[in-house]
Amino acid sequence: MDLSFTAEERQFREELRDFFHTAIPDRIRRKLREGLHPSKEEHVEAQRILNARGLAVPNWPVEWGGQDWTPVQHYFWQDELQQASVPFPVPFNCTMVGPVIAQFGSLAQKQRFLARAANVDDWWCQGFSEPGAGSDLASLRTAAVLEGDHWVINGQKTWTSYAQNADWIFVLARTDMTVKKQEGISFILVDMKTPGITWRPIQTIDGGREVNEVFFDNVRVPAENLVGQVNKGWDYAKFLLGNERTGIARIGISKARMKRIRELAEQELDGDRRLIDDPVFRKKLVSVEIELKALEMTQLRVVAQERHLEKGKPNPMSSVLKIKGSELQQATTELMMDVMGPYIAPFFEEHDLEFGNEPPVGPPDAATAAPMYFNMRKVSIYGGSNEIQRNILAKAVLGF
Amino acid sequence: MDFDFSEDQRLLKDSVDRLVRDTYDFEQRKTYIAAADGWSRENWARYAELGLLGVNVSEDHGGFGGGGAEMMLVAEAFGRGLVIEPYYACVVLSGGLLRHAATAPIQDAYLPGIAAGETLFAFAHHERHARFVAHHVGTTATATAAGWVLTGEKSLVLHGDSADKLLVTARVSGGVRDTGGIGLFLVDTNAVSKRGYATQDAMRAAEITLDGVVAEAVLSLDAWPGIARALDEASAYLCAEAVGAMEELLAITVDYMKTRKQFGRAIAEFQVLQHRAVDMKVQIELARSMAMYATMMAAEDDADMRARAISAAKVQVGRSLRLVGQEAVQLHGGIAVTMEYKAGHYFKRLTLIEKSLGDTEAHLERLATMGTAF
Repeated sequence: MDLSFTAEERQFREELRDFFHTAIPDRIRRKLREGLHPSKEEHVEAQRILNARGLAVPNWPVEWGGQDWTPVQHYFWQDELQQASVPFPVPFNCTMVGPVIAQFGSLAQKQRFLARAANVDDWWCQGFSEPGAGSDLASLRTAAVLEGDHWVINGQKTWTSYAQNADWIFVLARTDMTVKKQEGISFILVDMKTPGITWRPIQTIDGGREVNEVFFDNVRVPAENLVGQVNKGWDYAKFLLGNERTGIARIGISKARMKRIRELAEQELDGDRRLIDDPVFRKKLVSVEIELKALEMTQLRVVAQERHLEKGKPNPMSSVLKIKGSELQQATTELMMDVMGPYIAPFFEEHDLEFGNEPPVGPPDAATAAPMYFNMRKVSIYGGSNEIQRNILAKAVLGF
Repeated sequence: MDFDFSEDQRLLKDSVDRLVRDTYDFEQRKTYIAAADGWSRENWARYAELGLLGVNVSEDHGGFGGGGAEMMLVAEAFGRGLVIEPYYACVVLSGGLLRHAATAPIQDAYLPGIAAGETLFAFAHHERHARFVAHHVGTTATATAAGWVLTGEKSLVLHGDSADKLLVTARVSGGVRDTGGIGLFLVDTNAVSKRGYATQDAMRAAEITLDGVVAEAVLSLDAWPGIARALDEASAYLCAEAVGAMEELLAITVDYMKTRKQFGRAIAEFQVLQHRAVDMKVQIELARSMAMYATMMAAEDDADMRARAISAAKVQVGRSLRLVGQEAVQLHGGIAVTMEYKAGHYFKRLTLIEKSLGDTEAHLERLATMGTAF
């Protein structure tokens, strides 16, 4: 047992850090740092810079653009990327559909989609949740019926993030009504321009326009767009959600938030005392830092276990990461509001903040503190709610 | 970075795990508590035979030559078994002090005795109003023609009643809470008056009065840096012991939930209870991560970095053990607040660990004062 990083590991980490700080323009990274949302164009710009260096999809198989890295190197990549406030490579492309196609797709699908996904030539979105299928995802009702050489899809998806940006959507659809609900689901790739697809934005309480409803009305999709085998979609979905969970702790993002919180608390005055000198506030800050460290060590342990596990098999321990990681992301948003105090109140459209149309009211970042808090309530709900994670742990680890 | 154990470490783990399994079930443990010393001399001899008393003692001194990782393995196993022998007092604390705050001749003279299980040491350090300030030393040391003469009261001296030798802190110069001017002395237990008693977790401790006692030897006249280091190692040990105890307590609780029936079914079938058990598991994993971190950082030479890491670990473990202990009792129901059932005894040991070497609040305070945890 040796829990220190080797010299090579440390050098690898520093090279990544340098690259992220120098190659990705600060005008983009600044937005994430200050709680703003980069535009679609900025996401694409950042990802293409990464992709040109082989740093957009290191988690993919090497033959499709991935890196032959150790688990520790993969962890550094994610941690440094997030700490540098680099927009994460579009997750729908890189951590969701890409690995599924690489693992289960046909050769033709791999050739057609993977390189384009890595470079965001296509922007993907996710068609999983439905109004009646949230935590109980397998009860989904959007149906696909094979008519000749086309699937005809009817139904509705919801919580579809960035459908407004998307060229393609990967859809879970029911293809057999007569069997157990998990056994009649298929995984189908659909061009968003196909006639019969419409979408409607759902504005979230932070004012954001991130999620949408997507409607399918007799949408005809070529049969070849089915991934893997018919009625095996649930297996692919579980694979996808398992991948999502390991990265979902977002420790690097929380670290970057904590750094920003410290900076702002050093500037913010309470009378003539800096907020950072308030002992109660300091204890709260340190408490979250400790939990972040504990989570990071846990993530490294899970990473280290990977090579002892069967390839592609989800590690139930990743549910621990999801639960704690989401709670800590939320905790940082509460600390940020503590810094702002009453200045969480003023509401500005993001457009005005980005372009400096209005002078700020109160401390820097005040306008994004409450929206961030409101928005981040989602993280304990999505990706398998924290209660679903507890169900997984209860069954897989405690044997209930 | 490598979380896997070496071949030697695996062998050590197997042997200490087997020892605890074979000799430390709940009924056997009761007989050890009932023995004359309040613990088992026979077990102590067995630990010596297996090399456990010399795990972190160098091979030159008759030990195993191991480090933090080896101590962690022992701590976890002893935590699982709720082992009550004076391992922590003698091997961890006193052994650590000898290694970090004593001269080479003193080490040569006494470390082999610890490793062989021949001499029992205890650390007579805490004083009535020290609370959690580890450099609070009011006992005085005066140089005389006969040697160093020690006067003062030492409290909560773990296994001070059965120790042969005491390592005593006493002030050579400076104020009660100065880190400079703390001396560390060797005292024969026969030279002091002592009042032994049981502790809540079925171990032993003593109040020790030093009434002009002449020290047998001087370990150091500026002992604080070495003491701090030994205490940091001891904290890492306690964190790992707590992890072992928590894991066993969770396992006991989960087993119980699967057999206890109410409303016509096993209470393990109730989701609200399952989720509470899962929350225990989550807390244990975080604690385990920080116990490992503490183990690694206890070997750090930079005292400031070491202190931050140890404090962070102690806070996490302290919070985890509170939740795990309380929830284990709650999920069991009334049976866990009885002496005759084992769960409550884990709860008690965990509770005392939290109040050892600085409690959660004290370490949080220390980190808040230092500015940042990392």
